[in-house]
Amino acid sequence: MTETELAKETMATLPNLLPEPGTLLEMYRRMLLIRKAEEQLARDVKLGRTPGQVHCSDGQEAVSVGLCAHLDDNDRITSTHRGHGHFLAKGGDARVMFAEIYGKAEGICGGMGGSMHVADFSKGIIGANGIVGAGLAIATGAALASQLDRSDRVSVSFFGDGAANQGVLMECLNIAALWKLPVLFVCENNGFSEFSPFEAVTAGVIADRAAPFGMPNWRIDGNDVIEVWRTGAAAMDHVRSGCGPVFIEAHTYRYSGHFSAEAMILAKPYRSEDEIAEWRKRDPIMRFRTWLEDRTEVGTAELDRIAAKVDAEVSESVAFAESGTPPEPGTAAPLMFANGGA
Amino acid sequence: MPRMRIIQAVNQALAEEMERDPKVIVIGEDVRASIFGDTRGLFDRFGPDRVRDTPISEAAMTGLAVGASACGYRIVLHMMFANFLYTGFDAIANQMAKLRLMTGGQVTLPITIIANYGGGRSTAAQHSDTPFSPLMNLGGIEVAVPSSPKNAKGLMKTAVRSDNPTVYLEPGGRGGELGEVPDGDYVTPFGQADQLQEGHELSLVTMGSMTRMTARTAKTLEKAGVSVDVLDMQTLVPLDMDAVLASAERTGRVIIVDESRDRCSAASHIAAVLADKAHSCLKAPVRRITVPDTAMPYAPSVERPLLPNSERIVRAAGEILGREFTT
Repeated sequence: MTETELAKETMATLPNLLPEPGTLLEMYRRMLLIRKAEEQLARDVKLGRTPGQVHCSDGQEAVSVGLCAHLDDNDRITSTHRGHGHFLAKGGDARVMFAEIYGKAEGICGGMGGSMHVADFSKGIIGANGIVGAGLAIATGAALASQLDRSDRVSVSFFGDGAANQGVLMECLNIAALWKLPVLFVCENNGFSEFSPFEAVTAGVIADRAAPFGMPNWRIDGNDVIEVWRTGAAAMDHVRSGCGPVFIEAHTYRYSGHFSAEAMILAKPYRSEDEIAEWRKRDPIMRFRTWLEDRTEVGTAELDRIAAKVDAEVSESVAFAESGTPPEPGTAAPLMFANGGA
Repeated sequence: MPRMRIIQAVNQALAEEMERDPKVIVIGEDVRASIFGDTRGLFDRFGPDRVRDTPISEAAMTGLAVGASACGYRIVLHMMFANFLYTGFDAIANQMAKLRLMTGGQVTLPITIIANYGGGRSTAAQHSDTPFSPLMNLGGIEVAVPSSPKNAKGLMKTAVRSDNPTVYLEPGGRGGELGEVPDGDYVTPFGQADQLQEGHELSLVTMGSMTRMTARTAKTLEKAGVSVDVLDMQTLVPLDMDAVLASAERTGRVIIVDESRDRCSAASHIAAVLADKAHSCLKAPVRRITVPDTAMPYAPSVERPLLPNSERIVRAAGEILGREFTT
């Protein structure tokens, strides 16, 4: 069975739901915001406006947006080194994200975390992580807190196909299934562990790894935001009703490199321009726009209006970040411990 | 004051803190069976929500403690042997120690990790490390090293109440040692050394598993006519260097007794700070009584001589005092 056939079979088992019209437009806005924000950040890095590098997720927007559409500020996500998309999809403010990546005191983490560590606990974004796979256990722990609270909060752990090869995934699947924790494991399979293609470092099918734990596991087209949203609806239903964890493997692709400066350090490319062009034909934003135009009352004018608003938000974010102040030397030490400890 | 064993004092502190704050949760490997006895009875008293056995999955457990504590719980995580910290070290070193800084202070992580450390029991190399230096060097982790029933209770209560990740290291094989514990809500503040006795000729600075032996050695030296100052550090992060410097000023001679391997030990750190700040009052080189830089062997005939003991302390004291003692 091919991937698409598998995905189709999965979809057949899911309710034929669609998001509300307002949700559809908000999803479109967030996907576009992620794309344009990251395109801007990639330019900013080249121009030397940011002190560090960025790991962009352009091409993967449908996964985070389609799933986060089911979450509110009470729900929690853990993210990865490729975390801008998760941050914005979960409702994070682009201005404070830009200020963070510019290394400014006005950044969401006061300039102490940077691109790889954007987090906003007030919105349930409990950390993007530079350690591949580390968010898995943190999300599992957050789900334990939800269970102890007897609340219906869920945790979603976004991780990549690279993290699927960390042993901690097996440990977390076991514990989450054993304790029936309200957590969604969402593998964004973009085909590369840093610079190594999936086939070179990974055996079998990632979603299958959840099966022995009795966990529902779905493989889906991660570039189809409607399919992601529908799978998310079924998954949330399962998880919020106390039935335990769910595993989703979403197939997608990043157009940018593993990180922004890779072209300067690699002797030769690790993927072909043809491959990138093939995936661009399946671009999640382009497909969603066509879907909206074909299947809803939303017209081109309204979609263009959203795009213009997103452009304005990105420009405003750049201006906010540029006008920020670098944090004072000596401000790191007081942040090491709470309440003046140690 | 009631007399109890170190392990009973830890157990009492945990029960009292769980009683006091419903957000305190105890998880870990075999916390119901409790091979050391420190978590015994807690499951029967507080139930399955608050006392959970975990799989032997240290990487997940330490990460899970981060997630649950970031979301409002006070997690006590029992990791059994200190060597097992290494298996779960990512979430200790990369998450607990750094998340508060990385998030600009958005998160507090009230986590207490309990682990049993030290040699002398033929538990061989993978069950007998004294990992003071890796923990001290992380930056964002408090390190508590109880030495008696009294501070075992007081330090545990402070650890559980602390909003910071704390590694609470139980001295291995010494859980049965008896001592008096003050009644009531007894807490031991972090960052304050315990002055066990005052003297003006020699300072013995020690911690955790080495404290009882060092205090006994001080008595031997007193009998030989030496006036000895004894400090039990109680916590390594924060470290009460003010007390060490004051002691060095009184005596001018310092011996540090530490069960770590010598390279980058707690002892060598303390010695470095003394060299930096107490140079003018030192009358002799600072001496470190530590474990040589080897893994702990199984055979007692090889293991025992590696550990700090009275003989080594007395010999070092003789050298820096310019006297000879018969031991």
